[in-house]
This record gives sequence, C-alpha cells and structure tokens, in this order.
Amino acid sequence: MLTCKEATRMMSEAQDRKLGAGERLKLEMHLSLCRGCRNFRQQMDFLRAACRRLVGRDEPGQD
Amino acid sequence: MIDNSFIAEVRSDMLRFAQLQLRDAALAEDAVQEALLGALSGERSFSGRSALKTWVFSILRNKIVDLIRVQSRTTNVSALGEEGASLDQAFEELFKTNAHWRPDTRPRGWGDPAEALREKGFWDVFEICLNHLPENTARVFMMREFLEFDTTEVCQTLDISVGNCNVILHRARNGLRRCLESSWFAPGEKPC
Repeated sequence: MLTCKEATRMMSEAQDRKLGAGERLKLEMHLSLCRGCRNFRQQMDFLRAACRRLVGRDEPGQD
Repeated sequence: MIDNSFIAEVRSDMLRFAQLQLRDAALAEDAVQEALLGALSGERSFSGRSALKTWVFSILRNKIVDLIRVQSRTTNVSALGEEGASLDQAFEELFKTNAHWRPDTRPRGWGDPAEALREKGFWDVFEICLNHLPENTARVFMMREFLEFDTTEVCQTLDISVGNCNVILHRARNGLRRCLESSWFAPGEKPC
C-alpha cells in the first residue's frame, strides 16, 4: 500500500510521464481510500491548467 | 484590429511571462522587445488578435529558451539541492511519521478552480507564489510548464539527472500548491 508521501511523488510524475500499469493500479487504490490525496491530484491538475492559461495556450473564449 | 493598445496589452503579458522566468528585468525587457520587433517586421499576416499573440509568444518562448541555455552553463547544479532544503523540510512536516497526511495539513478541496482562473486577483497571487519559489526550482518548473519541455529536455539542458528533475518538480508543485492554498484558497473551512 502506498503512503501519502509516495502517492504525491507519483502524482507529480504523472504530470510528466505516463505511469506504468502497476503504478496506476497502486495509485488508484490509494486514491480510492484517501481524500487528501484526491484533493492533491486535483490541485496538480489545477496547477497545470493555470500554467497553460498563463502562457495563453488555453485562453478563455473572449478577445 | 491590431492597434497600439492591443500591442501594449500583449507586451505587458509578454513582459510578465519573461520576467517570471528570467528574473532579470533588463534581460526580460530585451527579449520582449526583440520578439515583438521580430514578429511585427515579418511578412506574415494574421487572421486575428489571438493568432498574433500566439505567434509573438512562440518567438518569445524561443528567445527565453536560448537565454536559459546560456544561463544554465553557469548554473551551479549542487545549488539546486541546497536551495530546496527549506521546501523539503516544509514538505516533510505535512506528514505523520507513517508518511500519511497529518489531519491539519491534509490537502483541501479547492472548490471550482475555473472560478479562480477567472479572477484577476488570483493571477497576482499566482505570480507571487511563483516568485516565492527558489530561483532554480522555479526555473525547472517553468521550463516544464511554460516552455513545455519534457523532463528529458530539462535534464539535458540543465545537466541534471531525471531523478533529480522529478524531485525538483515535485518540490516546486508542492510549494506552489501550499502557497496557493494558504494565500488564495482561504483557510477556515475544515478539511473533511
């Protein structure tokens, strides 16, 4: 079973590479039981979205 | 359609983008100036404002990459580890001895994130949080997220290992998320 600390490392790496099947399984199992880590993952996705928006890759539909 | 006020607006976005990454006002100013001149003197015609903006930003991105390559030759790689020490310590303190979250530091839900992205004030906080990161940590993070290097390219450019790169990115992301959590996603509500 992953610890939360290990899970955060894996979730950060998931932003940079496709995790292997074994890694994904372990992570999903952990996430199904851990709200804190589910929030952490959403926060990682949020950071990515904010960075995209900042560099104008993902502009809201206005101008 | 492409008037001076539009150029001024794009220019200020570019400047912010360049300054965040180069952390050197004069260097950033130069890069933006060159990118704008390069873009506007070309023969290309643009179908609209967003096409022009995308184009000047892609020129600026290349300029920043060049500058970073030059700067990275003088980056002290061992400094990358040292400057992260306090962030690493703060990270360790989020956990109990069994490496699970402490109840009071467990990441909270941030509600509707799209709402934050629409608010002007959020971007000021985001910028402050980015500027709070130690210089080289921020550099690695922004190469990955803003310049969209993959980690292999980041490693090659800065001459660090993939493992090291992963550690730095994790450190940066966690630092940023904590900064945003305390500065924007207001505390007060209990984590459930």
